Amino acid sequence: MIKKEMIAMLLAGGQGSRLGVLTSKMAKPAVSFGGKYRIIDFPLSNCINSGIDTVGVLTQYQPLRLNTHIGIGIPWDLDRNVGGVTVLPPYEKSENSEWYTGTANAIYQNIDYMETYNPDYVLILSGDHIYKMDYEVMLDFHKANNAEVTIAVMPVPMEEAKRFGIMITDDKGQITEFEEKPEHPRSNLASMGIYIFNWKTLKDALVTMADQPALDFGKHVIPHCHKQGSPLFAYEFNGYWKDVGTLESYWQANMELIDIVPEFNLYEEYWKIYTKSDTLPPQYFSTDSVVERSIIGEGSEIFGKVYNSVIGCGVTVEKDAVIRDSIIMNGTTVGSGTEIYKAIVAENVEIGAGSKLGVGDEAPNETDPKIYNAGLVTIGEKSYIPDGITIGKNSVVFGKTEAADYDNGYLASGKTLVKAGDEQ
Amino acid sequence: MKELGIRRAVSAMPIAGSYRSIDFVLSNMSNSHIQKVGVFTQYNAGSLGEHLSSSKWWDFGRKQGGLFVFTPTVTADNNSWYRGTADSIYQNLSFLRNSHEPYVVIASGDCVYKMDFNKLLEYHIEKKADITVVCRDADDLSGLDRFGTVKMNEDHRIEEFEEKPVVAKSSTISCGIYVVRRRALIEMIEKCAEEDRYDFVRDVLIRFKDIKRIYGYKIKDYWRNIASVDDYYNTNMDFLKPEIRDYFFRQYPNIYSKVDDLPPAKYNIGAQIKNSLIASGTIVNGAVEDSVVFRETYIGNNCFIKNSIILNDVYIGDNTHIENCIVESHGTIRANSFYKGEDGIKIVVEKNERFII
Repeated sequence: MIKKEMIAMLLAGGQGSRLGVLTSKMAKPAVSFGGKYRIIDFPLSNCINSGIDTVGVLTQYQPLRLNTHIGIGIPWDLDRNVGGVTVLPPYEKSENSEWYTGTANAIYQNIDYMETYNPDYVLILSGDHIYKMDYEVMLDFHKANNAEVTIAVMPVPMEEAKRFGIMITDDKGQITEFEEKPEHPRSNLASMGIYIFNWKTLKDALVTMADQPALDFGKHVIPHCHKQGSPLFAYEFNGYWKDVGTLESYWQANMELIDIVPEFNLYEEYWKIYTKSDTLPPQYFSTDSVVERSIIGEGSEIFGKVYNSVIGCGVTVEKDAVIRDSIIMNGTTVGSGTEIYKAIVAENVEIGAGSKLGVGDEAPNETDPKIYNAGLVTIGEKSYIPDGITIGKNSVVFGKTEAADYDNGYLASGKTLVKAGDEQ
Repeated sequence: MKELGIRRAVSAMPIAGSYRSIDFVLSNMSNSHIQKVGVFTQYNAGSLGEHLSSSKWWDFGRKQGGLFVFTPTVTADNNSWYRGTADSIYQNLSFLRNSHEPYVVIASGDCVYKMDFNKLLEYHIEKKADITVVCRDADDLSGLDRFGTVKMNEDHRIEEFEEKPVVAKSSTISCGIYVVRRRALIEMIEKCAEEDRYDFVRDVLIRFKDIKRIYGYKIKDYWRNIASVDDYYNTNMDFLKPEIRDYFFRQYPNIYSKVDDLPPAKYNIGAQIKNSLIASGTIVNGAVEDSVVFRETYIGNNCFIKNSIILNDVYIGDNTHIENCIVESHGTIRANSFYKGEDGIKIVVEKNERFII
């Protein structure tokens, strides 16, 4: 009989709507990060580095990019005879077919998958955080405390605590109470959305709670286990952990990678992050190029000037172009003489010559001020921006735009220009 | 369908920042839908073996065919090394005998080029040739004594074949790529072995050229052999030219290599890069001009690197000057060093202690 001590279930079905146009065609875990990676590479690499070789990836929202990225799991060494990575989309049943309606509901619908591996423990992960963590150490903690549920937590500043699910623990780390986004937090230990369950505890809880609409771990399953008297423990994690749920935090986390010795160091031999590499060639810098405080992916060709930026693979920055404080993702071309300040430019975008992005005064975004803020310009994937266009701050462009879409070649700060075409 | 023999671990020499020499021929084979490849190696095969640890990089991990590595083995009736190219095939003749593919492509792993072997095979069949030799006009007439030169008639049948002539009669060189029918190859190799002859060019091509129909297939595309230091250096420097990068990196089909899972290259304050190639995993704090820097190299503050090739995993301490050099891989160069190739390319091998912070 197949036997795995612990298997992982990775929730990768969410849209991540606060990333705006970056996630309009792909799920958040598939969004690029740090030049050559995608967000899901971090939990997947953590799994294999922690010795977990069986991972179910639950997909739902726009899964194409995620599916092609994961494939059969070769980059993460998750192509296994027994176990390995399995993509688990929602499926039709003989009665009551439904989408994944909540985090725990998605896991509930895949009880059969988990049962196949006969696990002692199940690790629940989400595919939208940047961190390096040894889940085996967490499992040791779980076993040492005879816990039935262990929740990874990290201390956050008290004033931030009201944005998270907060755990209140006794001096042994056992959770006595918890609060979801409390107005007046009584602890600063925030849940990281990483859980280890005893398989039996998890299965019982899921089956008992099956009829709960939008079954969620934080809202329903954990309180249920607590009520049943299962010992719940908080595993404190003090390493780097970054939620990249908003455009500003996403931009910030990328920028932290270019520090001289970044807090989150990708250059360590010890805990490698793996990804599917489509491009292999080295990068080329022309005689006129300037590059400073930046990281750049494979196969990019730089003829212009790049400062404080994260550049993906296969990017072309043409002569006299200037890129500052920006994220440019894979396969994008920046035309000659174009200046880009504090922008997030998604994959395979083409920006014409002599344009300016991220200039002028700040103005709040007209359509989604909660998404497009912090002075960032955001350009969606496969967009086209013609020559000689000026784009202001807190703006967003998505689609194959033409000169006529701009007001005399100008898009003021705070404007949204989303051009729906056949492709969208 | 076809197979391959390779001679030496020059094949493992790093090329163009991210590749090893053998990647070019293996990718050409894969892209030409050759599914069964045998690699013959004996000299210093460590890094080659590491590189060939899996066949999946070149997509040879299929149910049909596969990637086979043959090193010399000691058996009851044989305990010698490969005494030559033909001998390496002879010692593993069962591989050829047990295959069912009609044709064999023989190529070496020390050349940088792109080629569709199907076109070569079509030509071979059309000419009703016994052996077809890929050849090319030499770019540099002074270097002919390192190649085999051929003289062809109007029909491209090879009339003369000289191996490494001191004074060449022709400026057309053999690229060391051959196609031959599998059964014919087995026959010729067996005949050679009976007479204790071991070299494919000297003992097969040259001796059989009048009784077998040996044809030349002339190519005009980029092709370089990297077996000498100068050629190796120049071939790497060729990748600084946009048309060469476009040909190898952007035009279909691609060249594949082992994926090393390295982070993107990082440029700190003080980095100044001019006309250079930089591979992933590298951290640059200094100036690099007209150079090729391979993977996982660290270049310290205030360094100056010009016209040089820095191979994989080299640590270069602060204030170091390197000019006209090839720095051997895994080297550690102390701070404040000075290396300059005065007349020609200097090879730097520095194995100092490395202290990692």
